[in-house]
Amino acid sequence: MDAKDATLNGRRVAAVPFIASLALLVALLALGAALVGAYPVPLGTLLRVLTGSDVADPTAQTILLQVRLPRVAAALVVGAALAGAGAVYQGLFRNPLVSPDILGVSTGAGLGAVLGIFLSLPLAFIQAFAFIGGLVTVGIVYLIASSVVGREPVLVLVLAGVVVGSLAGAMISLMKVLADPYDQLPAITFWLLGSLASTRPEDVLGVIPAVVVGLIPLVLMRWRINVLSLGDEEARALGVDAGRVRLVVVAAATLMTASVVAISGVIGWVGLVIPHIARMIVGPNFDRLLPSAMLLGAGYLLLVDTCARTMAQVETPLGILTAILGAPFFLWLLARGREGWN
Amino acid sequence: MSRVIETKNLGIGYPDHPVGRGIEVAVSAGEVLCLLGPNGCGKTTLFKTMLGLLDPQEGEVWLDGAPLTSLPRNEVAKRIAYVPQAHTAHFPYRVIDMVLMGRTAHLGTFATPGSQDHERACQALEALGITDLAHAEYTRISGGQRQLSLIARALAQNTPTLVMDEPTASLDFGNQVLVLEQIMKLSGTGLSIVLSTHNPDHAFACANKVAILSDGRIAAHGSPAKVITPKRLRSIYGVDVSIEKLRDGQTVCAPTFAQ
Repeated sequence: MDAKDATLNGRRVAAVPFIASLALLVALLALGAALVGAYPVPLGTLLRVLTGSDVADPTAQTILLQVRLPRVAAALVVGAALAGAGAVYQGLFRNPLVSPDILGVSTGAGLGAVLGIFLSLPLAFIQAFAFIGGLVTVGIVYLIASSVVGREPVLVLVLAGVVVGSLAGAMISLMKVLADPYDQLPAITFWLLGSLASTRPEDVLGVIPAVVVGLIPLVLMRWRINVLSLGDEEARALGVDAGRVRLVVVAAATLMTASVVAISGVIGWVGLVIPHIARMIVGPNFDRLLPSAMLLGAGYLLLVDTCARTMAQVETPLGILTAILGAPFFLWLLARGREGWN
Repeated sequence: MSRVIETKNLGIGYPDHPVGRGIEVAVSAGEVLCLLGPNGCGKTTLFKTMLGLLDPQEGEVWLDGAPLTSLPRNEVAKRIAYVPQAHTAHFPYRVIDMVLMGRTAHLGTFATPGSQDHERACQALEALGITDLAHAEYTRISGGQRQLSLIARALAQNTPTLVMDEPTASLDFGNQVLVLEQIMKLSGTGLSIVLSTHNPDHAFACANKVAILSDGRIAAHGSPAKVITPKRLRSIYGVDVSIEKLRDGQTVCAPTFAQ
């Protein structure tokens, strides 16, 4: 390949070996993350627990099964779901500044969770409120947008998302003012910054089916999502019913995001930055972009969460860490030029 | 002869902003219709209405003897392919992927292109002489190459009819000729083509029918020699033009510049 070809073709890696090695790397990371922590566990013990054999150290078994493995699994699922939904939304809205939050799913989930904390409900209800809050908010945004006819549908959708999102944000602020400052307010703040510290095994088991149900239509319709990223008019000229495909994609991505936000709280930047990186490496074809973004997101959030719980005595909320890492990286992306998008 | 596109008393535009009305245009199988008209006369709006991307304000569009509104999106896309003006894409798809997207109408909702679709896409690239560009990123190639890629995508769509919106706009002289040659070649294979242009020479070169859209109405419709006259060009574009026949039989328009 001569120099001119290399410029035209850009730098990309072969997708299949990349995705396979990424999957292996994430698996190794997950094993490593399960070993480290306040109570280090030897690899032999971990493997015995994973295979269901008897373990000499019951404390290690309890910690692994009740705390550490659920947390590792949650980091993987949350990271994968946020990055996957982000990749879909960036294609759908043809905008690099789009994250899964664009239609207000996180703010809506935040509002639901804050309401649950405000009413001093048990954790399961707080999570359910968050999940429903996310779905309802995006539903309202979608209804508003579809009742506006004769305008660019994607633009109306984004604007409606911004407006409804800031309304939900105002209601969150109101409840913060009204909340009990010693008991409820710290819980609200902590939730809004995102954390996996209190993940229980049943949280992970509950969220995985919802993420899978959201993922299935995205995988099935991956080619149509490519076509839709050319814009409504071109997609329709190519034979795609753009409005219907968009509805399915928004519903699926919202289901994924709302269900993970319900157990993790609001974790920003993963759904914005990770899809960019994935696109730079494997290109925009959704076939490869979706698995790459999900694996990168899973590995990234696992790494950040493992640092969050091992590096300091007091745990840093995840949303703060992902912002500290994500913001400079995003600026670097901007300064570097428009790689992967135009 | 069967009509691949026919507009019946068509009104185009938007509910609060009509662009044109009473438009009657017909394209028969194998014909090349060239649409001329000044900037902002509604050529693109007319094309988008013909393709069902915009709803007609009145009247109807018929494709292959069926009203457009009776056809689902993918059936429309099997009958008529659209070549938009060469644009910059938002994402750096490879040219081969862009061309493969032309196969979408022939794929099931959950399907991705298979080996037959790849074959079709490669044939389309070959037909336009851009096989070398297959793995180039669409965002990095030149405007002319992008236009050829979009035509290749329309070919991969495998429709009897192509609609091309100013296929020569923003191309350099050489690429304009290249694209016109491709249009003539495609017409030779039996495709019906509708295109718009700002250059009357292009109508003489490749069209067997010309329609002039001016002030939202069809001002003239017929063979290039009959429609493109100095008087008519003067009334549409407001400039004096002389029309000359070259020795090789080609007809060209030359503006007579005010001294």
